[in-house]
Amino acid sequence: MEAVQAGRDIPEPHQQPRSPRRTRDHLTIALFLAPAFILFLIFLVYPIFSSIYFSLFNWNGMGAAVDFVGLDNFKQILADKIFMRAVGDCFLIVVLSLIVQLPLALALAIMVGRDLPGRAFFRAIFFMPYVLSEVITAIIWLGLFSADPSRGLINALLILIPGIQPQGFLSDIHQVLLCVFVVLSWKYFGLHMLLYMAGLQNIPKEIEEAALIDGANRWQLTTHITVPLLSSTIRTTIYLSVLGSLTQFTLVWIMTKGGPVSASEFMATYMYRFGFVRFMLGYGSAVALVMLLICLAFSVIYLRLAGQPDYLGGI
Amino acid sequence: MSRKIYTILSIVLIGAFALAACGTAATSAPTQPPAQPAATQPPAPTAAPAATNTVASKPVTINWWHISTADPGLSFWQGLASQYMAAHPNVTINITVLENEAFKTKLTTVLQSGNPPDIFQSWGGGDMNSQVQAGMLQDITPALDADNGAWRNTFGAGALSVYAYQGKNYGVPWDMGMVGFWYNKDLFTKAGITDTPTTWTDFLTDVKKLKAAGITPIALGEGDKWPGMHIWMYLATRIGGEPAFDAAYSRKGSFTDPPFVQAFQKLQDLIALQPFQPGYLSATHDDMEGYFGNGKAAMELTGQWGPSVETADSADKKGVANLGFFNFPAVEGGVGKNTDVAGGGNGFAIGKNAPPEAIDFVKFLTSAANEAQMAKLGMGIPPVVGAESGLTDPNMLAVKQNVANATYFQLYYDQYLPPAMGSALNDSVQTIFAGTATPQQAAQAIEDSAKQNLK
Repeated sequence: MEAVQAGRDIPEPHQQPRSPRRTRDHLTIALFLAPAFILFLIFLVYPIFSSIYFSLFNWNGMGAAVDFVGLDNFKQILADKIFMRAVGDCFLIVVLSLIVQLPLALALAIMVGRDLPGRAFFRAIFFMPYVLSEVITAIIWLGLFSADPSRGLINALLILIPGIQPQGFLSDIHQVLLCVFVVLSWKYFGLHMLLYMAGLQNIPKEIEEAALIDGANRWQLTTHITVPLLSSTIRTTIYLSVLGSLTQFTLVWIMTKGGPVSASEFMATYMYRFGFVRFMLGYGSAVALVMLLICLAFSVIYLRLAGQPDYLGGI
Repeated sequence: MSRKIYTILSIVLIGAFALAACGTAATSAPTQPPAQPAATQPPAPTAAPAATNTVASKPVTINWWHISTADPGLSFWQGLASQYMAAHPNVTINITVLENEAFKTKLTTVLQSGNPPDIFQSWGGGDMNSQVQAGMLQDITPALDADNGAWRNTFGAGALSVYAYQGKNYGVPWDMGMVGFWYNKDLFTKAGITDTPTTWTDFLTDVKKLKAAGITPIALGEGDKWPGMHIWMYLATRIGGEPAFDAAYSRKGSFTDPPFVQAFQKLQDLIALQPFQPGYLSATHDDMEGYFGNGKAAMELTGQWGPSVETADSADKKGVANLGFFNFPAVEGGVGKNTDVAGGGNGFAIGKNAPPEAIDFVKFLTSAANEAQMAKLGMGIPPVVGAESGLTDPNMLAVKQNVANATYFQLYYDQYLPPAMGSALNDSVQTIFAGTATPQQAAQAIEDSAKQNLK
């Protein structure tokens, strides 16, 4: 606290006369900020406000929006079972990510970040999926998950086991969401692993050595030293993971288009279906706003509860 | 000094950004592609030398979007464009080839910016009507009616009417066919089926025979939704006929009327026999054509493009050796006749900003000679008088006959209805395939959408 105040006090004496040099500095700052800021206004702020405007209309995107419907679009969204299902799917993926994907990434980070033989090799392997584009990932897994054993590797292997029938995977409404989760985890655990590894580097060796001298075993070391000291990184990865799950689109759309029959519907695929397949752009805008509100609400609440993620320290 | 340079540089940069941003906002046409396929064609001379035409040749560019991504269509269209450009040196034709779904998305984007291509793929019906309502298409009625309707009279009236809205024409067909069952004769023989089914009961019996012989009876790409919708559409047409659909469409009746619900029930009877290939619920239309083309399924219900697409999608590029065609069977007790057909075709719509040369080029594309050539390549069924000579394949001739003699011609439901409703209808049919809705619920979902979209 004191340090902060002191820091604020230091430039004070220089500030008293508004020197022309200072004004010029401000101008330079403004000039350098302006390009990014203008783009930000055009591509983020303006679309948000135009979405708010269009969400009040029944509009198919051609010609001007004239059919004013007030808040009907929002009423319809909240009454739509498929949207509720999409929200449910998103949160299911969030929960699964938090209890499966992140712990897995952490475990691997601790393993390859330390004394595993050939760890550089494993590190590269684990990080590779993250480097692939989402489209390529989706197409690879579409092939692997094919329901036809003569085309899908996973089914081709499964039927080698006696008594096991080829599975529907993406064409089975009970399996499709799990399949999508597997692919999402496969793609993104490498990123989280990398973040954890970076965090591990910041933990002073002395603390761990002190704990070992005090007689802590491997498990105690991990749970009492490593994880608590990684907490700011963990908070960051949780934040990234949740927001990523809530807004996931590309992978899901290419693999399943949210189907069959909305069994893998996410909020973003739902929005796309109505906005750009059915061309109900007013309704689609309303869905986008609801999504924005959900993500915003999560961000605000999470930052309140968990404290500001320490980005610089964490990454 | 250097500081000043930086300041000036940054001002210039900002200005450039701002101008670029204004530019996109004002003209909003960044989506016009640099016409990739144009690279394969010899660049057309823009400065016309001694032109064959006497008309003063001002350089004109025509932007043409089509969806024939594979041969024979791809090179056929390219060849016609090159021919036309050779004869009209002042005209440059930029072709953009897009895959079906990508085309729809991209077209919508440019339509929203109010800048449609000059000539583009169209299926007519509800989609086209909403483009007309938005003022995106050009009324070509005068061109059709010129010289006592010389051009108009080259088309079959029914086919041309698909591209008309409130008595005005906005496009022309180059292919008009129907949906029916394409079947693999060898597999039918293997299963001991001697004759094609004419009733729904016979059809279900044949499906069981095929199953018993270890053959997948039907290939289906229900991931794309519309292939399965065709089965339901035909059942509804056979059960309720023209009156049921007209009543529901004009809002005198409803999509929850018995014929539509019964069609879902009949569809359930079929699904209960598990006649489709594994994973059909997420398979695409191309997956379905490939499965059929590889000889792994005995039938597929699809349009006149079936033979060419199943060949292109098959592993050996040869497709089914012994291909046959039969009409959708009659449903016992149904009002609809066996000769009622549902289908549609392909056409070209003319964008609002198209130059007169674009219309002239489309006239050239749909001339009897070129249409006959198109038919010979198996790309479709020509709706143009005098182009029948190109049809040599007996299956294609059968399709052409069926369309010509149809007692009732229904454009595909999902194309005929407004886009939002067509999509809702396809979604509802998929719920029956997945078993997540009852026939009543599925019909109700369609009716809910009809209430919103049919006014």
